[in-house]
Amino acid sequence: MSVITILMTMVSTALIYSAPLIFAALGGTFSERGGIVNVGLEGIMIVGAFSGAVFNLTYGPALGAVTPWIGLLVAGGFGLLFSVLHALATVNFRADHIVSGTVLNMLAPALCVFLTKIFYDGKGQTPVLDQSLSTFTFPILSKIPVVGEIFFTRTSLLAYLGILIGFISWWILIKTKFGLRLRSVGENPQAADTLGINVYLMRYSGVLISGFLGGIGGGIMSQSISLNFSVSTIAGQGFMALAAMIFGKWHPLKVVAAAIFFGISQSLAIIGAYIPVISKIDDVWFQMAPYLITIVVLALFIGKFYAPAADGETYVKSK
Amino acid sequence: MAETMVEMKHITKRFGNFVANDDISLTIKKGEIVALLGENGAGKSTLMSLLSGLKKPSSGEILIKNKVVSLASPRQATQQGIGMVHQHFMLIDDFTVLENIILGDEKTKYGMIDRMGTRKTITDLAEKYHLQLDLDKKVSDISVGMQQRTEIMKTLYRDAEILIFDEPTAALTPQEIESLLVIIKRLASEGKAIFLITHKLSEIKEIADTCIVVRAGKVIGTVKVSETSTYMMAEMMVGRQISFAAEKVPTNQMRTVLELKRLVVQASKAVPSVNDVSFKIATGEILGIAGVDGNGQSELMEAISGLRKVSSGNIMLNDRDITKFKPRKTTQAGISNIPEDRQNVGLILPMSVSDNLILQDYYLSKNQSKGLLNKSKIHRDGQKLMSDFDIRADSILEPVGSLSGGNQQKVIITREISRNPDLLIAANPMRGLDVGAIEYVHKQILKQRENEKAILLVSFELDELLRLSDRIAVIHQGKIMGIVKTGDVTKQELGFMMAGQPIPTH
Repeated sequence: MSVITILMTMVSTALIYSAPLIFAALGGTFSERGGIVNVGLEGIMIVGAFSGAVFNLTYGPALGAVTPWIGLLVAGGFGLLFSVLHALATVNFRADHIVSGTVLNMLAPALCVFLTKIFYDGKGQTPVLDQSLSTFTFPILSKIPVVGEIFFTRTSLLAYLGILIGFISWWILIKTKFGLRLRSVGENPQAADTLGINVYLMRYSGVLISGFLGGIGGGIMSQSISLNFSVSTIAGQGFMALAAMIFGKWHPLKVVAAAIFFGISQSLAIIGAYIPVISKIDDVWFQMAPYLITIVVLALFIGKFYAPAADGETYVKSK
Repeated sequence: MAETMVEMKHITKRFGNFVANDDISLTIKKGEIVALLGENGAGKSTLMSLLSGLKKPSSGEILIKNKVVSLASPRQATQQGIGMVHQHFMLIDDFTVLENIILGDEKTKYGMIDRMGTRKTITDLAEKYHLQLDLDKKVSDISVGMQQRTEIMKTLYRDAEILIFDEPTAALTPQEIESLLVIIKRLASEGKAIFLITHKLSEIKEIADTCIVVRAGKVIGTVKVSETSTYMMAEMMVGRQISFAAEKVPTNQMRTVLELKRLVVQASKAVPSVNDVSFKIATGEILGIAGVDGNGQSELMEAISGLRKVSSGNIMLNDRDITKFKPRKTTQAGISNIPEDRQNVGLILPMSVSDNLILQDYYLSKNQSKGLLNKSKIHRDGQKLMSDFDIRADSILEPVGSLSGGNQQKVIITREISRNPDLLIAANPMRGLDVGAIEYVHKQILKQRENEKAILLVSFELDELLRLSDRIAVIHQGKIMGIVKTGDVTKQELGFMMAGQPIPTH
């Protein structure tokens, strides 16, 4: 293989693995900027992966190639519905955010595997999907010599879409009225309340956006990477997204960069074999890498970076 | 005749069985400054929170410009032209001044916040009312005075015509207080109606037109400030005669009890919190520490009581080096501590009065044998202390958390003083207490002085320091700017030192 082909494979593999993390990490950013810690991203991604897979298997034969794209929206929708539980628990019932998030994480795999068994003849995993999100070659950009081949040929369109959504998220959070208000309830909900901002509504929006984006992240996992749904489809990606969010200091663009970094670490297991220097290292290390890096990053940086000031705090409106 | 801006008629606010406001009526006119004077818990803040839409009255009606209004939310109150400058600033530290001002009433252009247009509006307002503001600085980086001006601007930006100031001078230096009072007068002269909630009589005398005295939820009287004295207002507020002029008898200050030698405390990696501090306190002497909150006072106290590691320098108690002592050893060596945060550090709120009284010496043989507490003796001792120190609780077994702030402080004072220490450290012991309780704390501290104890008193209230201390040390960014005899210094001079200027020469 030529160097360019190797690079193309590396970049596209890394981006394919980055895409779910980018979406989920941006989701987490919205939730936490509004003051609700969302460790339930993992569970939300599982629900997204499951609902995307079921939609894909059910409507794939009829809808054809467009199925997985609609599947992503379905995954986002179910992720959003599932996150209502978290919003309800943390905003209305003043539950501890971590406990509520953990509930999502425990509920999701049990529920989704159970439903899988009901839907698919008692099997613990779904059949292989009908339509998958395949790689994409950009029409004009791929013609650029070298760069076009490495970055825009047979690559993940979703990762680029994620980066675009990263920019949009930045614009929303920093430039718009909604963003300012969302951030205000994450920093000082009482102050926001005195200015007539509906703290509960804002916090709901943050959590539901995270549900939607996290669900899409899950949908990407099942429809472009695992190509079916089983209990191991989402194996820690929700937590990696969370780590990416912290590593990116809750700033959408940095979060995207951090998610790509984690995507690269996940793709090592596959592309490691192509990289001459490290191809001799035992595979096990590459498979461990993303988890190891997640732990190291969280241990090193948690607490060092300033989270939104009221992140994780329950707001009780006085009567 | 100036236009009536607000009229409150027969307002009553109940919380369960407790009546916070009992049939209160009042009016304010355009350009008028009305002070609401009352002790803590008298109901003045509750009354104003009804006006600012944070709470709803149980009965009665509120008229604004002679029209009955419903103020069900802060937003509705804002729309009626009411603006509140909160005691604890309602600002977002991570936002800029500009963002804090516009939050909730953002003007947008092309879907984005119109920062340019808004900036113009605010700059114009700032010029009109002489409010100096750095719009692009983050709130966490500006002075307390500017934070307050930001709060004021928030109300002006929303076209407030009725401004409520809740204890506005509590966190300010004397100079900042001066300029705030000027701003308030200017706002009134521009036609704003202003409510001033306070218990500082001198400020009322200086700027208010009318003073409404509130006690136990009722209006006790409404007086023209020009026709009354601060003394009379104080008596109306408390409901009895009070003596502020605590007698300071001469004491025998012959022996040094506490000596700090070039003490340095490094709380974080940046600058030291306590930087090269040296001073002595003698028997029968009160040394006051003046300074704006956060200039190293807490770290200094914690270092002396063994709660914080000392980086260099020495702490000597009765000529004994206690620099490296753990907290229990420092208390055994003869230090008592009335901590700043009485609810979280000084007391264990869910535990009984009796248990809180023995927190310092439950392990002594008089209180326990073989690891079992001698409850009957502890209760007997507790009963006696309760009556000696006038702690008002239903029983010795009542949880401290259900006592009033003043009685909670009495529990701490009782525990610390009854140990008969050589050095008493008191950090803002009067904070948040009403006049009666303050009087009590003053008396207890002065009594310790008469008993030839050394006392280290930290306070943010200069009046209090001037009244009690023999000498005052001013701390600024961890450094002592100077130590002065109480009689030789004015409040203004202390204020300059608190702002970081070294001691002025006489």
